Amino acid sequence: MKITVDHEKCCASGQCAMLAPDVFEQREEDGLAVVLLAEPDPGLHDAAREAAAYCPTTAILVEE
Amino acid sequence: MTGDRVAVVGACAAGLAAAEALRRHGWRGEVSLIGAEPHLPYDRPPLSKQLLSGAWGPERTRLRGPEQLAELGLDLRLGTTAVSLDARAGRLTLSDGTELECSGVIAATGLVARVLPGSAGVTGVRSLRGLDDALTLREELRTPRRRVVVIGNGVLGSEIAAVIRELGHEVALVGPARTPMEHSLGPCVGALLAQVHTAKGVVLYGGRRVEHLGTAADVVRSVHLDDGTELPADLVLTATGSTPATDWLAGTDGIDLTDGLGCDAYCAAAPNLYAAGDVARWHHPVYGRDLRVEHRMNATEQGIAAARNLLATLLPRPGPTAAEFAPVPYFWTDQYDVRVQAYGLLSPAGHLHTEVFRGDRLGAATLHGADGLATGVVAANLPPRTVRALRAVVARPVPWGKAVDDFKSALDQFETCGPHHRGGGT
Repeated sequence: MKITVDHEKCCASGQCAMLAPDVFEQREEDGLAVVLLAEPDPGLHDAAREAAAYCPTTAILVEE
Repeated sequence: MTGDRVAVVGACAAGLAAAEALRRHGWRGEVSLIGAEPHLPYDRPPLSKQLLSGAWGPERTRLRGPEQLAELGLDLRLGTTAVSLDARAGRLTLSDGTELECSGVIAATGLVARVLPGSAGVTGVRSLRGLDDALTLREELRTPRRRVVVIGNGVLGSEIAAVIRELGHEVALVGPARTPMEHSLGPCVGALLAQVHTAKGVVLYGGRRVEHLGTAADVVRSVHLDDGTELPADLVLTATGSTPATDWLAGTDGIDLTDGLGCDAYCAAAPNLYAAGDVARWHHPVYGRDLRVEHRMNATEQGIAAARNLLATLLPRPGPTAAEFAPVPYFWTDQYDVRVQAYGLLSPAGHLHTEVFRGDRLGAATLHGADGLATGVVAANLPPRTVRALRAVVARPVPWGKAVDDFKSALDQFETCGPHHRGGGT
């Protein structure tokens, strides 16, 4: 699995950091999403997929 | 209902989220995704932001790429609408005459923009609901220094005014609220937005209504307000709200179409008929009342919830289990460099407002509540950790006094001004 975030789309909702805190966090200055683990362990795949599904700007791309 | 098919009516955020969730939760039958517009599923918030400003082309607004859509194996029917549903028989009739036998239907048809009375047939009056509207508008704004009157000072009108102003046009923002978005965010954040809009050169006409349009040969020339003000106009943009798109359900037995499609706490309107997004009014089990939420986050969350709950009835065990839909509503708006985020239920009549100094920027937070309970919070220009802490304050309705203490401690790292109280939280 490979995860990327499109900062032009991200609206800093922080949904991803709430749903998958091991995979995403928010930048302190503007709240945009940052990927902590671009290739997470399988144990985190469901959380990462969920974060992508719930992102309100579809800014998260999960490639499997 | 019958057949090995789930039909999702409406192919924007809520509908696509539902279609994806059907697959993710194990539905191997047909998924028909029916979209009124000819476009691949696209996202609406960027229409009044990145698309209108010219930063994005239309393909950037797509919710998923063609490959991602192909993976879902959808029966995608674009440029097609549903015209009627016999829910008991599971028969959905489409505008091209097709009849689909369905074992489940998810209604995600969204909204229809309200038309300004007296504007039918008048050239130069536009609204922004779909991608084509936004592209047409963008074309018209290529002519420099147009005099634009935006009617409606809720979220859409306020966002449009900001973008058009930044494109260099003369902009007047007219609406019933005294300050931009005051009816949803309250007067304090409204005043902050008014200050920013004014500083950028938008002329605000808050607390006014449009009396009539002035036209010459059916082309709009001016907008006349109820206080006698006459605003010259080359272009008028109406953002005066929307109504749920439920016409296609008018003949369906056993459903409630008062303000959207009425649903229970599981987003079910009738057996195997579910609803999601702007069109859905459902019973929120935590707030204990019906809500219909016209915000982007809700479209996704409810699309997923409706799909899962439908599958809980369609799939054999161990399929997904049904769960009440009990989100903390969320929305955001960006205007110029101001980012506003709101959580929970806002109740502008009763609130506590604090202004926050962040170096050279002014931020703000407002706690909203009614009947002794705090239910919502608004954050303007605050850092993410603070926003998350504020959200936690109102993740469930809490007694006003406790919420005020938590609200203040969420902000205690900042030098603040206020708080300003008003009305009935207590």
